[in-house]
Amino acid sequence: MNQDSLLILEDTFKKYYFDNFDLLHVPNDSHEREFAYKKFNSKLYRHIALKSDKELHLLLMTQVPSDVYCSNARYSFPTLSMNAKDWQNADLIFDIDSKDLQLQCRNSHTCIKCLDCNAFSTSNSKCHKCNSHRFKVIVLLCKYCIAAAKKEAKKLCILLINNLGINKQNIFVYFSGNDGFHIHVNDSQYQLLGSRERADIVDYITLRDGSTINNNNRPEIKNSTKLKYNQTRIGVVSNNTEIKNTSSVIKTNVKTVEKNTQYVIKSIIDPNVTTDIHRIFRLPGSINSKSGMSKVLCKNLNLFDPLYDACFIDDCPTQILASCPIRFRLKDKKFGPFENERITVPKYVAIYMICKGLAEISQL
Amino acid sequence: MLNLGTDEIIKYPFLAEAKAYLKDKGFTLEQFVNDPDHKFIIDIAYDRIKYAANGEIYPSIYKNNINKSSLLPREIFSFIIAVVLLKMSHANILIKKFALSEARRAEKYLEKDLEAKIDIHSDNIREQLEYKVNQQELAIKIIKELFSVDIHKNHDDHFIITVPDYLRHAIHFHELEWKLVNRYVHHGFVFLTPHETVRLLRRKIDQYISSRIHSVEVTSIKHSLQNYINNIIVMAQKFVVPASTSTEYPPCIKHALDVLKNGKNLSHSGRFLLATFLLGHNKSITEIVSLFKNAPDYNERTTLYQINHLAGLSGSRTKYNCPSCQKIKIHNLCFATSECNNITNPFQFKSNNEPR
Ligand SMILES: [Zn+2]
Ligand SMILES: [Zn+2]
Repeated sequence: MNQDSLLILEDTFKKYYFDNFDLLHVPNDSHEREFAYKKFNSKLYRHIALKSDKELHLLLMTQVPSDVYCSNARYSFPTLSMNAKDWQNADLIFDIDSKDLQLQCRNSHTCIKCLDCNAFSTSNSKCHKCNSHRFKVIVLLCKYCIAAAKKEAKKLCILLINNLGINKQNIFVYFSGNDGFHIHVNDSQYQLLGSRERADIVDYITLRDGSTINNNNRPEIKNSTKLKYNQTRIGVVSNNTEIKNTSSVIKTNVKTVEKNTQYVIKSIIDPNVTTDIHRIFRLPGSINSKSGMSKVLCKNLNLFDPLYDACFIDDCPTQILASCPIRFRLKDKKFGPFENERITVPKYVAIYMICKGLAEISQL
Repeated sequence: MLNLGTDEIIKYPFLAEAKAYLKDKGFTLEQFVNDPDHKFIIDIAYDRIKYAANGEIYPSIYKNNINKSSLLPREIFSFIIAVVLLKMSHANILIKKFALSEARRAEKYLEKDLEAKIDIHSDNIREQLEYKVNQQELAIKIIKELFSVDIHKNHDDHFIITVPDYLRHAIHFHELEWKLVNRYVHHGFVFLTPHETVRLLRRKIDQYISSRIHSVEVTSIKHSLQNYINNIIVMAQKFVVPASTSTEYPPCIKHALDVLKNGKNLSHSGRFLLATFLLGHNKSITEIVSLFKNAPDYNERTTLYQINHLAGLSGSRTKYNCPSCQKIKIHNLCFATSECNNITNPFQFKSNNEPR
């Protein structure tokens, strides 16, 4: 990245943070959380304490971070080294990433940038120019991938409410800022669970190793499909998502799970994220430097559109030098392909392309 | 605290406040054991230990409608005196076996009480039902008070337990049937049969009974018990196997042997590893069986049967091979050192002392 590109990113991020303090908050229990941030072209600064929104805003203004993170865990001593932090509990977090969904459209919006000769190729195995296998994969925003990720997020929420008994009010769905969703669960019962217990929850949700499923204990699987359940994702949503109390669960008869109701039985999540109880996650409201879009709470997941709801950069005309072997669409405008072309685009497109490594600021 | 009836104390004698009971009767423990009228109770205590040493469960006699008021002191004191005898003998291996045997016994009763099965052919169904429901409630209460686990009875004879509570206990099992994905889960609860409910809590039950036994304070009691103690010391000696740790063994095998030597519980996969490894090194079956004598749940017949099976001398007649290092790692039984030299099976291990 050249100096001018770096400057425009820093300027843009700083302006975003200054204009949007109301979107950026530390959690209520911030004194128990570990914060971290990265600056453009720098290492990760970890084990940081931020006790108030004021301290957070000061950090954003003085350091102009490219990315800001906060731990899902609460610690007695969050600023000490990992072994000395004294883990207390951690929110249960799920990551749904479009790349795990393996949709057919994936290739059409993926390209690679060679790390040896800097050439762009549409292939996903090697550089078309020098045959190098060292490359960076660049994936562009795709509405089909986002729609599929949303569907997984919805299924996950139903599993969390219907099966795991988590209260709707404690589930928060965030757009990750790039290619998927983070689902945060603040439920005290699950917060205390360790990594091994969480791994078992992951296997439950992903229906991992379906061959081991004891069908007699899972009548909802037996009833909902005749297809091999480990090969299909069943997306039919039961309407029954209200949380029940103990006395109504007592009345559930396992053997006569209603045959006509279709149940959500699986959602595709990243297993490693949920089992990690010491992880740091992008702070809601902060910009994702992989895209220039923000991690935001999706108040209405059905209507959520990342380009309108997570993109806060203006469309002031900006000149860039662009290289991109594939066509892509942002806010109903088509762009590319470009071959080292000097073009003028709205600023949010310029920032998006610079973040993706597809453009540089070029001044004549 | 729990308010226990006679039935509960007979089933779960470790819950009884033996000291308070004695005081009530105006005895000290010393006076109690020195009273010739009580010799039969000391004999029962000794029997309880023998059952445990053989890996068996002390059978209940309270079914035969004997007068419960005479049964109660007998059951409480045979338990507490067994503990006193064991502690005075310093027979740690037998204490572990005793705790385990009493835990299995408690498990049996808890399961039965949770089931609350009634005999529909009897003529006093109403009374029976009332009694069983009462027992069931008490079992649920015991589980809550002692193991801090809330269970509720469900409509169709299942018990329900919250998912986090379930997971905390289920992760200790290696069998796939305990994985959440193989369970019916609904609105935050896991559904279990009475047997599964009790089985899930096994570790908790073991821990609780051990801690109760460890907390019993034993002040030295005069000679009347000495004969019993001598016998117990002899009994315990059968289980102490001379350490045969060889330097030629890989660290995973040494570890498994150490676990057994200390009278601790070696997991099923650990036993499989040790037995197949030693069989492969031409150790005799009796030699291998004797190594397992220290295991808290040792039962000679079962162990003999299992080792014969692994050796291919019974059952499917396939001889089992020693598992790979990868499998051993999965079961957390690998303690690799630099001496292992990146081998893929403990069988390939060559110690530094050996010429290569
Ligand atoms: Zn190249
Ligand atoms: Zn796509």
